[in-house]
Amino acid sequence: MARVALTIPWLMVLLPAQEIPQAFVGGRVIPIAGAVIESGTVVIHEGSILAVGKSSEIEVPANAKSHDLAGKVLMPGFVDTHSHVGNVDGGDGSGPLHPDVRALDSINVRDARFQKAQAGGITTSNIMPGSGHLLSGQTLYVKHRDGSSIEDMLIRREDGSIAYGVKMANGTNSRREPPFPGTRAKSAALVRARFIEAGEHRQAIARASRDGDPDEAPPRDLGLETLVEILEGNRVVHFHTHRHDDILTILRLADEFKFKVVLQHVSDGWAVPEQIAASPHVLGASVILLDSPGGKIEAKDNRLETARILDAAGVLTGFHTDDSITDSRLFTRMAALAVRTGMPRERALYGLTMAGARMLEMEDRIGSLEPGKDADLVVLSGEPLSVYTQVLQTWVDGQKVFDRSDPRDRLYAEGGLNASHDQDAMLHHIALGEHQ
Amino acid sequence: MSRTRALAAILLLGATASPGSAQVAVRGNVIYTVADNPLRNATVVIEGGKITQVGATPEVSVPDGFRVLSAEVVTPGLIDARCTIGLSGYLNQPHDQDQLERSDAMQPELRAIDAYNPREVLVSWARSYGVTTIHTGHAPRTLISGQTAVLKLRGATLEEALVQPLAMIAATLGEGAREQDRKSPGTRAKMAAMLRAELLKAREYLRRRSAESEEETGRDLRLEALGRVITGDVPLLVTAQRSQDILTALRIRDEFNIPMVLDGVAEAYEVLEQIRTAGVQVIVHPTMMRARGETENLSFETASKLHDAGIPVAIQGGFEAYVPKSRLVLFEAAVAAAHGLGFENALRSITIEAAKILGIDDRVGSIEVGKDGDLALYDGDPFEYASHCVGVVIDGEVVSEEIR
Repeated sequence: MARVALTIPWLMVLLPAQEIPQAFVGGRVIPIAGAVIESGTVVIHEGSILAVGKSSEIEVPANAKSHDLAGKVLMPGFVDTHSHVGNVDGGDGSGPLHPDVRALDSINVRDARFQKAQAGGITTSNIMPGSGHLLSGQTLYVKHRDGSSIEDMLIRREDGSIAYGVKMANGTNSRREPPFPGTRAKSAALVRARFIEAGEHRQAIARASRDGDPDEAPPRDLGLETLVEILEGNRVVHFHTHRHDDILTILRLADEFKFKVVLQHVSDGWAVPEQIAASPHVLGASVILLDSPGGKIEAKDNRLETARILDAAGVLTGFHTDDSITDSRLFTRMAALAVRTGMPRERALYGLTMAGARMLEMEDRIGSLEPGKDADLVVLSGEPLSVYTQVLQTWVDGQKVFDRSDPRDRLYAEGGLNASHDQDAMLHHIALGEHQ
Repeated sequence: MSRTRALAAILLLGATASPGSAQVAVRGNVIYTVADNPLRNATVVIEGGKITQVGATPEVSVPDGFRVLSAEVVTPGLIDARCTIGLSGYLNQPHDQDQLERSDAMQPELRAIDAYNPREVLVSWARSYGVTTIHTGHAPRTLISGQTAVLKLRGATLEEALVQPLAMIAATLGEGAREQDRKSPGTRAKMAAMLRAELLKAREYLRRRSAESEEETGRDLRLEALGRVITGDVPLLVTAQRSQDILTALRIRDEFNIPMVLDGVAEAYEVLEQIRTAGVQVIVHPTMMRARGETENLSFETASKLHDAGIPVAIQGGFEAYVPKSRLVLFEAAVAAAHGLGFENALRSITIEAAKILGIDDRVGSIEVGKDGDLALYDGDPFEYASHCVGVVIDGEVVSEEIR
């Protein structure tokens, strides 16, 4: 068996299909793929982008609903490569590695932080278990569609499987009393032993398959199956890491086991940019820029310059909220702080969108405004990286999921009484037929 | 500010008057004096640590030999109206966390000046973004956590930095003050009861001290400190996030007729009329503080709503127990500016309004002749994410020229 076959027939509670095209006309369009269009038009239909171009050159379908975006900015929806919305959890205290555990089985979709992510223009998130384990579980890639169950937000890969990665961590968070590791070297040894075991499992499966003898196959093991997927390049490891030497340890492990990895946080990334850039196994670095250094020893050298330095070294560089470490509603602020230290503006915008899409291996579907891609859009009141700019609307798969002019949505955008309680479900747009 | 506090401030200033300050002039394309309309193409001259001239550049004579700095935008040095910088170190390890002593729920005798570390990393970090004055000290999270002080972010010793050794006494009402393991206070009602009882004790202590000799009364550091609140010299700084806790604070204030400053006030918008009527001053939570627990109802617009109700507000950096270890008032005011407060009022909230609440507006908080030479220099709108602080002057001394 090459991969886990997810045989559960997930019942997708699909949103009502978009019946008529929507045209966003006259705004400043930042497609990420290609040059900025000062007065552009984007047409979407049935959840996908139909056309992107100058308003003077795009023919809006006669039956389209038109949205006048004069004076506003239109961008692809933001991709958050590391979030904890939905009060996600993962492995428990019984051990340091939990590859069998799925974020999918723990997420509360009524957590108000889902609405806040929509209010921040985030359309795709990698929701991850915490960093208190060497491997805390499988993550879950979600679209921030309105819905009442996690199934409503799943992302399907081409083969129908659910899109997710695997969360790992090194450094101090996973150091505890046994059976957890007490040192960095022990942390690496435990991880290596488990990956070696997974390699043997993979070989046993391959042998049984080659010999055509199903009885020879090892019994199913949920954890090893996940690790085998990693070894086969079928799942990306999202590795929480801060200190420079811990970052290099990840590169060493990735080299040994040939796993694809996204470096998450990378506080000391500024110290080892060339090494990160040289690793063929690193898909990218997802950076968190903190308002102040410290708060924990590993973050004492966290610097606003990190994203600029990694990007300049040729590392694919993106951002994450780590919500609730930072607030999903202020995701653009992260990119803006990178610009503050000299990251080119267009690279920072790329970091909010395409870079994240590539780290989730979804660059064919999201991250830029191009015909055929998913209709995930953000309408902004002005320059994307200005403090004074507000997210006005967020669209996911062609459905409007956030509208600042709606008082209920505005409550999530600003906060206030009951803005952070669990919500009845993100159904209000659907219930009121407002998603167009 | 009471006379006692003013006197203390003057005496301390006299003891620490900026010996190392250079003679400096600062030019700005725009100077936000805060005292008046912004000045275009203007110059500030600082001599002996004090501002001696402010005006249009052609009309200001810069004495020979003065160092001249230039920037696109010049503001008064920023003031963090409530933080724990210098007490809660950036490593966040037991050895550098001095903002909270857990051995007793009420310890007003704990002095911020005995804990402040002027060489802490977050001191120079905040300064490099334009913060020149902080109101720091004991943190929220216990019923009475201790004292606060006002300091300039300068000098290698407490004495060089000191503006007010005892600014306020920090108290907390609500979930934050709840003690664990059957220790008191375990409930809101118990918090109020304990606080009231302690204030009564302080009142009685003062009565005995005025009636008896010191030998008879004996000294009690705890009641001495709280006695300063009873006499009206020192405000009680009450951190209260829930609306009911805000009202409890005001109830106790009325009962004892004590000066009070409200801190946090995440749900202030629910009780605006009561706060306004009470006339108390408010230091609002950091705009980007996390909405959870007792702050779950906070809003990016809390400061704006207070301001619109006619209640002057200062914005704070506050206290953080984890990452980021400190928030920066510049960043917090920026987000408030963008969420209803507007540029001018946001700038006031971290300059003159903060100075007024701290009772030091005769010295800092605006760019006016006679005030301390505290300036922050920026290469654009200070609140824009991509702008930089390019220089900081405290008491006429250029303390930072980092590009931040």
